[in-house]
Amino acid sequence: MTFTREKDFGTPEATGEAVSLTIDGQQVSVPAGTSIMRAAAMVETAIPKLCATDSLESFGSCRMCLVEIEGRKGYPASCTTPVASGMVVRTETDKLRKLRRGVMELYISDHPLDCLTCSANGDCELQDMAGAVGLRDVRFGFEGANHLEGCKDESNPYFTFDPAKCIVCSRCVRACDEVQGTLALTVDGRGFASKISASQGEGFLASECVSCGACVQACPTSALIENTVIEKGTPDRAVVTTCAYCGVGCTFRAEMRGEELVRMVPWKEGKANHGHSCVKGRFAWGYAQHRDRILNPMVRNSVDEPWREVSWDEAIVHVASEFRRIQNSYGTRAIGGITSSRCTNEETFLVQKLIRQGFGNNNVDTCARVCHSPTGYGLKTTFGTSAGTQDFDSVEQADVVLVIGANPTDGHPVFGSRLKKRLREGAKLIVIDPRRIDLVRSPHVEAAHHLPLRPGTNVALLTAMAHVIVTEGLVDETYVRERCDTEAYGEWAAFVSDPARSPEAIEELTGVPAADVCAAARLYATGGNGAIYYGLGVTEHSQGSSTVMAIANLAMATGNVGKPGAGVNPLRGQNNVQGSCDMGSFPHELPGYRHVSDSVARAQFEQDWGVTLDAEPGLRINNMLDAATDGTFKGIFIQGEDILQSDPNTTHVAAGLAAMECVVVQDLFLNETANYAHVFLPGSTFLEKDGTFTNAERRIQRVRKVMEPKNGYADWEVVQLVANAMGLGWTYTHPSQVMNEIARLTPTFAGVTYDVLDQRGSVQWPVNEAAPDGTPTMHIDHFVRGKGLFVVTDYVPTDERTGPRFPLLLTTGRILSQYNVGAQTRRTPNEAWHAEDRLEIHPHDAENRGIRDGDWVALRSRAGETTLRALITDRVAPGVVYTTFHHPDTQANVITTDFSDWATNCPEYKVTAVQVAPSNGPSDWQRRYRAQADQSRRIETAEPAE
Amino acid sequence: MMSTDERLAYMADQILRNFASRGQEAAIAATLDHIGQFWDPGMKSRAAAMPDAPGVVLSDGVRATFMRLRDSQPAS
Repeated sequence: MTFTREKDFGTPEATGEAVSLTIDGQQVSVPAGTSIMRAAAMVETAIPKLCATDSLESFGSCRMCLVEIEGRKGYPASCTTPVASGMVVRTETDKLRKLRRGVMELYISDHPLDCLTCSANGDCELQDMAGAVGLRDVRFGFEGANHLEGCKDESNPYFTFDPAKCIVCSRCVRACDEVQGTLALTVDGRGFASKISASQGEGFLASECVSCGACVQACPTSALIENTVIEKGTPDRAVVTTCAYCGVGCTFRAEMRGEELVRMVPWKEGKANHGHSCVKGRFAWGYAQHRDRILNPMVRNSVDEPWREVSWDEAIVHVASEFRRIQNSYGTRAIGGITSSRCTNEETFLVQKLIRQGFGNNNVDTCARVCHSPTGYGLKTTFGTSAGTQDFDSVEQADVVLVIGANPTDGHPVFGSRLKKRLREGAKLIVIDPRRIDLVRSPHVEAAHHLPLRPGTNVALLTAMAHVIVTEGLVDETYVRERCDTEAYGEWAAFVSDPARSPEAIEELTGVPAADVCAAARLYATGGNGAIYYGLGVTEHSQGSSTVMAIANLAMATGNVGKPGAGVNPLRGQNNVQGSCDMGSFPHELPGYRHVSDSVARAQFEQDWGVTLDAEPGLRINNMLDAATDGTFKGIFIQGEDILQSDPNTTHVAAGLAAMECVVVQDLFLNETANYAHVFLPGSTFLEKDGTFTNAERRIQRVRKVMEPKNGYADWEVVQLVANAMGLGWTYTHPSQVMNEIARLTPTFAGVTYDVLDQRGSVQWPVNEAAPDGTPTMHIDHFVRGKGLFVVTDYVPTDERTGPRFPLLLTTGRILSQYNVGAQTRRTPNEAWHAEDRLEIHPHDAENRGIRDGDWVALRSRAGETTLRALITDRVAPGVVYTTFHHPDTQANVITTDFSDWATNCPEYKVTAVQVAPSNGPSDWQRRYRAQADQSRRIETAEPAE
Repeated sequence: MMSTDERLAYMADQILRNFASRGQEAAIAATLDHIGQFWDPGMKSRAAAMPDAPGVVLSDGVRATFMRLRDSQPAS
């Protein structure tokens, strides 16, 4: 793709009945509600404009887009004037040209005439419009009062605001309001004194700005411009690809200059993000070029030794021979692997194929084990498939939104913005969360009900909501009768109707007033389309799977599955966690969620791969670590996953890794797990390879290579090298061939090819003969399993208990600017917002312990101890503390325990009994760990050539 | 930290407790089915051996489950 800007229609799309009009003599038919500006753009007539752009509602302030309409007086703005049947419009007349030129003269009289040295030269709408209106002179001169001496705001690490270049068109302010929904920007002052201001005249960095960049994208001049454009110049080509951060799956134009990435611009055609992004996706890609990247393979005999750089050939042969040696010594099942939710579908498919075909066992797992494995279990049990039911667009038709255990404005920010937009339009919000997340109350958004439950009581609370719905006759009986297993429904209804499960009965347990539970239940059941969005606050509990099923029960009981605006929507954490699960990364499932004991499914793979497959489930990650400490599991291949930092009970993980004879880590950086590795294989970034990611709405999207892999190979090529060194004879030359194999062997992907993806941009699985265009909403006429299955979800308290030694409950989560273990975002300027993990503690609990804001505190649990600084806030309830897990210096997972979900072993990150006390230094663990990490990361200096 | 056998017993007990509302017989059957679907052969073998081995104290439900698991294992 060469560099062309995306077409800007000036105003948003309308959806009314067709209306015919004439524009400059051309007959045009457009939907009612369309602006004249947009109608003209649709027939390639570009009306000059400055304050209009099609991602924002029309504003009508710049007076550049004036037109003449037959039969109407004056010169209306085409951006704010809707089309009408029979209307005759002229966009170019002598009078219009004169008017536009006059307006443009005024703009330019207060604008620096430095186009040739301006960073936006050639990519500036003001410059383009000056040309379009034929501006040749400025009669007013340049001597009068102006804004040319305004100070630049360079506080934000990613963009610069230069008020001298600002034309106060308000596009940035409106982008912040309408698209992002943060309302951090305003036009300060009146008339000539008007200027753009972040919050109360603060710099962008100190303001409420979340650095999503919507303002930068909307700016028609270089008043707001990316620092990378200032430094590198304007791009000369663009490639559409998919973000490698969260599960929203935003698509971007990677705008390049040669081999260098200049900027990431959200793609307007992207069906997950519709042209919006967050700070991570748009700006935090510098890790791809970070000096910490390891670009050469390395091996060592023992983790006490320094690393030794070797050739790819030597490293691959070493891996293959070590794995075969271990299998010969300890048995076929003594090795396994972990696929990466950050890698592509094709790569995860190949890793599980390597394990099943090459290792000869099912010892494959993935990071979904520690996040959404309960979603897989719960939704497969109740609905028949392990995925969310809707597309993101569905939220636009939701009337009531229930957010439980998720913090979309931090974890899934682009979806969070769309949700806030819908809430500003009037949809009602219920938040179930121990913390007062931003959605509970932020500008123009306020939850109708916030149920701040005690951590670990999700199932009791949801069952109490079901109690209200059933006992008050709010069940959609027709839906249940026609769509669900009525016998199971009867058992469930009797179960939830028990007075012991009423809101009053569980009030003391959950800490939520019964009246609030009743009100929330009634609103969800009767408020129209009810949509449930949930995250790891649901799954990462000892009853994570039960909670998912309790959510599914509520949705089925109220008829809220199988239609737009409703549904059950897991907000997936990583970019391709849905895809990695789809691709057979669980030890009990082949690609497409078919159990390994399913002889028909297994036979398909056996025929294709020419081997006999193991019909028994393999080991989960935590079971692999147990087996390692027992001496029966000796080798592991870990692609793009840092289990030492991300998995619970770090001490246990470290012991398991230390007990293995061959740990192979493939990653961009020497991550924490690599401290225990014997072989390091350098990974490639999402910018350096082709493939696909599948986002939280089951949307399969292309990842396109924009530069050569700095390490020499894309990750799928490295897996193929290992496979072939183990004698598998793979011959893939492009990831599209892997996708063809996936489609051949996976019914839900049957219609997916790279050609289809290139033609349609993206498709949501299932894509097959019955649904060649994909499936935005699932379970429309019937559930995948046939009848929806209600499941009794009895509340079983966690075994993690508070007591005198550990009186507080710790819950963990993440923050907007950082991503998971932080390996990527910590190597970007995002550190400006969150340079360390902090412990949120309620003022009451802090005062009881003599802790002041910013003090170092020791955080202790039955599993371990760490230190970090305190942040005193009433965002958390008394008795609850909260921290993030983005920084290895903190190692929050030293604190978390081995308790896990009963069905899937997803760790119980959200409930750990702890004590907090003032501290004046790192814990023993932190000291030991730092020393071990420093020793482990040594790289032997190569001897100079003769 | 639990030993692997202790962990397996704990996991089985946790599964049983989540099926408890079905009644003990059904809970044991559901737990056995769950173990069949999700535990690897090594875990199953260890669990099957535990009722006859000294060491980990098993609850009645877990003992009954593991005994049935033992009886259903193919003879080695």
